[in-house]
Amino acid sequence: MTRVEVVSPGLLLTVQDRGRPGLAHLGVPPSGAADPAAYELGNRLVGNPPGAAALEATLDGPTLRFDSPTTVALTGATTPEVRTVLVLEVGRIVGGVRTYVSVRGGIDVEPTLGSRSTDLLTGLGPAPLRAGDTLRIGPDPGGGPPPGTVHGRVLPETPVLRIVPGPRADWFAAGAIEALCAAPWRVSSSSNRVGIRLEGPPLERARHDELLSEGLVTGALQVPASGRPILLMQDHPTTGGYPVIAVVRSEDLWLAGQLAPWQSVRFTVDG
Amino acid sequence: MSVPIRQAGDRGALLELPDNAAAVRVARLLRAERPELVDVVVGHTTVLVTWLDEVAGLDAIAARALEPEAQRPGPLVEIPVTYDGPDLDEVARLTGLSREEVVARHAGAEHVVAFLGFQPGFAYLVGGDELLHVPRREVPRTHVPGGSVAVAGPYSGVYPRDSPGGWRLLGSTASVLFDAGREPPALLAPGDRVRFVVA
Repeated sequence: MTRVEVVSPGLLLTVQDRGRPGLAHLGVPPSGAADPAAYELGNRLVGNPPGAAALEATLDGPTLRFDSPTTVALTGATTPEVRTVLVLEVGRIVGGVRTYVSVRGGIDVEPTLGSRSTDLLTGLGPAPLRAGDTLRIGPDPGGGPPPGTVHGRVLPETPVLRIVPGPRADWFAAGAIEALCAAPWRVSSSSNRVGIRLEGPPLERARHDELLSEGLVTGALQVPASGRPILLMQDHPTTGGYPVIAVVRSEDLWLAGQLAPWQSVRFTVDG
Repeated sequence: MSVPIRQAGDRGALLELPDNAAAVRVARLLRAERPELVDVVVGHTTVLVTWLDEVAGLDAIAARALEPEAQRPGPLVEIPVTYDGPDLDEVARLTGLSREEVVARHAGAEHVVAFLGFQPGFAYLVGGDELLHVPRREVPRTHVPGGSVAVAGPYSGVYPRDSPGGWRLLGSTASVLFDAGREPPALLAPGDRVRFVVA
């Protein structure tokens, strides 16, 4: 059985798969890969069945030592300095912040509630990986990668994320959606898999009463008292009492998963 | 009568109900009749649904839940509590009650689970004694031990695990609110009735 040792985890290295959708009514966040398309592609490239667990590296890639030769794929953000021969040194991550290390056979940790994903909000799933951790790799899935076309993608310098206004756009002053789409927002350095904090001119509320807690979706732009939106990511709480002015379209969520601290981002209702 | 439905992105909708009981009924109907929905999440007076492929007829199901029906009370769950929380004196001061009266009123009420959130298995309980509606702490604690029984605003709740928290702590319980290896993992579900019992 192949094993992989985490020599260095980089900034943040977690196990991720498709997460725990369908359990929000229990208070369980969706979790799962922050750039789902890149994660799925990685599994395809190494011939894994969909849903096999991979490693999600953040900003600074890990160094991993394999105890025997194995097939791996790196997908997501670019990693210009990869070195390998049993030791895989991913190095600095550019053109985004998250790179997926998919290993043929998948990362074989014990699933929690049907998923191997690390959930940073609630602590479900394996803890973020540390130097010296050893992970089992699952059995060889047999066969090669399925044929198919891979579409290249590039993260623009200032990504434009398409939004659907609501569900609580009417809680904001007239013109708030326009203001949301006018300003380039800056990604705060205190952003993570729970949410991306955005810095810019505060959005004005029309209603100041307290919203009774309601369910939240990934991609929601929740606006706390500060008026500065928080874009909810995969490990977001399942309910909350701040109004959601708009939600990022699901096809554009991967862009959010690759936003770097201090980067600019824009929103649009078009398209 | 129809139910207002608000768009929640391209794969979700938020249904607005007149009260929590209606939200609990809508959620039950949707779960039973639309198994293809990904998530059905009860809020205080809302139900959030999400899907991968759009689901038709949500409004008709929601409207059915508005029809008057005999209230079927949810199952009763008893939670034994040791009332020795660090905020007991503060709650007594804020409410003008004695410590003993605070305990008697908290343990005397029948609560109902309005919705879950914040942490896996964290249930927001309503229906408690109105005299115990005290504001959250101005400065939240960075560490609240799992099993802490607390109040804030109109809610009572039990912290399922160690976490930060701003609610006022009245005591603690040995009941396990969430266990990923148990079926169902959460002790409480929306609509359940809860009675705190002096341990």
